[in-house]
Amino acid sequence: MSAQISSAPPGAVDKAGEREPLLSIRGLRVGFRRAGDQFEAVRGIDLDVAKGEVVGIVGESGSGKSVGMLAALGLTSKNAVVTGSVRFNGDELVGKPAREMRKIRGARIAMIFQDPLSSLNPVMTVGAQIAEAVRLHQRVTRKQAMARAVELLHLVAIPQPERRVNQYPHEFSGGMRQRAVIAMAVANDPDLLIADEPTTALDVTVQAQILSVLRSLQERLGLGLVLITHDLGVVAGHADRVAVVYSGRVVEQAGVSELFADPRHPYTRGLIASIPNLEESRERLFSIDGSPPALGRLPGGCAFHPRCIYSEARCRIEDPPLHNIGGRFSACHFATTLPPFHSASLASAGLDSGSVAP
Amino acid sequence: MPFLVLGIATIAFLITTVTKGDPLTAIVAEQQMSNPEVVAAAKARWGLDRPLPERYMIYLGNLLSGDLGTSFITKRNVGTDILYRLPATLELVFAAMIFGTTLGIVLGVLAAYFRNSLIDHGARLFALFGSSLPVFWSGLGLLFIFSVMLNWLPGPGRVDARLALPPGITGFLTIDSLLAGDWTVFKDALWHLLLPAFVLGWTVSGTISRLVRANMLDVMSREFVLTARAKGASEFRVVIVHALRNTMVPTLTVIGYSFAYLITGAVLTETIFSWPGMGSYAVEAARALDFPAIIGVTIVGGLAFLVTNLITDILYVVANPRVRLS
Repeated sequence: MSAQISSAPPGAVDKAGEREPLLSIRGLRVGFRRAGDQFEAVRGIDLDVAKGEVVGIVGESGSGKSVGMLAALGLTSKNAVVTGSVRFNGDELVGKPAREMRKIRGARIAMIFQDPLSSLNPVMTVGAQIAEAVRLHQRVTRKQAMARAVELLHLVAIPQPERRVNQYPHEFSGGMRQRAVIAMAVANDPDLLIADEPTTALDVTVQAQILSVLRSLQERLGLGLVLITHDLGVVAGHADRVAVVYSGRVVEQAGVSELFADPRHPYTRGLIASIPNLEESRERLFSIDGSPPALGRLPGGCAFHPRCIYSEARCRIEDPPLHNIGGRFSACHFATTLPPFHSASLASAGLDSGSVAP
Repeated sequence: MPFLVLGIATIAFLITTVTKGDPLTAIVAEQQMSNPEVVAAAKARWGLDRPLPERYMIYLGNLLSGDLGTSFITKRNVGTDILYRLPATLELVFAAMIFGTTLGIVLGVLAAYFRNSLIDHGARLFALFGSSLPVFWSGLGLLFIFSVMLNWLPGPGRVDARLALPPGITGFLTIDSLLAGDWTVFKDALWHLLLPAFVLGWTVSGTISRLVRANMLDVMSREFVLTARAKGASEFRVVIVHALRNTMVPTLTVIGYSFAYLITGAVLTETIFSWPGMGSYAVEAARALDFPAIIGVTIVGGLAFLVTNLITDILYVVANPRVRLS
């Protein structure tokens, strides 16, 4: 790799491409006050989403990937302190008055959540909930809104939408509920859809259906799509670009093929190595030693260093910034000097728990 | 339901027969008690000379035709007496429930939304006082402050005795006076109603607000609330349309139960405010060992419970689509 290391100044993280970013997040931090203590769940997220682009955000539970996106939409709880910058179509969202944010939420940016069982209101018909989304942002009659709801249910491939529209969520299966949630999200033709673990709570076969519904809508409506997930398979199959989040920070960001072919951060390498592989039969699946640090108990220096097989003295002291290495980004001191990546070799190295010198 | 009414009637009847008090003392004057002729005549007149099973069968027979018997004291039909008293109680209870549910729901929602804030603590203190202060204390206290000291509200009673009352159509003085277009009586009746209804409603609001608060806290943390916010719904809409509607099932139970309870449980309030309702009738009947009246009040109270339960069950279906039968 002939890329030179340079720390990324704010505003420089634009994708090398020509497309102007739809969403541009810089240095987003989210802290929570609790009983006098302050925890930082998000410690600086930089991310761009272009129009019509699919960006995957990958990380473990508790890594701050969901909280970060919730904060970008102003949906965090009252005790959260959000700093940094979130620009949507050039419009700053952090610190925007609640009234203004409501006009954007659901209209320009929609968000769907993990659990379709609980993300619909059990005492309202599915149609009424979709119609509500329409009527919150468009001046239409109740009747027109319901007609639109039927149309939307049809769009997400729910059979017999005229009948289904008057049913309650408990009469829908899990997969159908998630479709209804998606229908609700695209009700106002948003520019950006943030999907927070949209398939985690579903059966594997249903997961594929939901993802294909999401993808076809994304292509048809030209949506920017942010897929928050801990499933690297979902990311590999659907995302254009990937941001890997570890303990509240983006540690690596790259195009999807680049990332899988040549991960430039030890954490990403660990994640990829731990994907089960059908072709190789290993006795044990690779796993990264240790567990992610708890909120408010971060180690000094690089947050990943206690679990990193490449870590050196420098990593314990100095938290690496997100380096721009030829149009992609990695927050590792050794981003350009890591050895070539073979998931199998890393796995065996990891299992021997030997350290591989960079 | 008919079986439940039969059960209530039977138990009420049996309890009166096992009490130590002799109803004759209520019927016959004391100096005549030693006169066997008078006593025998009284026994025959009220059917007390017959064996218990026979009396029970006669009572049930009368009950079937809607006859609750004759009061020992007023010598009027118990049914007539109760029909005269019940509207007064119902008016008071309805007004109290309006106070109680409105206060309870509003305070419960506010307390949950502004959890652990001054509003929350204030609302919880108010609820605690409401459900723990005895009515004879809060009622007398408020009566003293607002009627005696400040003279803002009238004293006890249902209406100023000097006023000519409108014809009784519903038995609700406020509604009857409105129907008759009599504003003076309406205003007077409303002012009289205010304080006892508040005192009674306060006790109920405590229970309701605590229940609503707990349920709101639970519901507000569910994902559909986040979905509603992500749709761009206003906080008011999120709280009232999405969250509050989901707390309605348990709340309805308590509202229904409180309503039924107040119909016979307003005794103390009615006594303090000289309210001519069921509660004070029951107290008078109990004091005088007026068995037909006691049984009558019990049956009507039980019926009120059953009817409110039925209405609550019907409202359940409206509030919760999951129990709806297809």
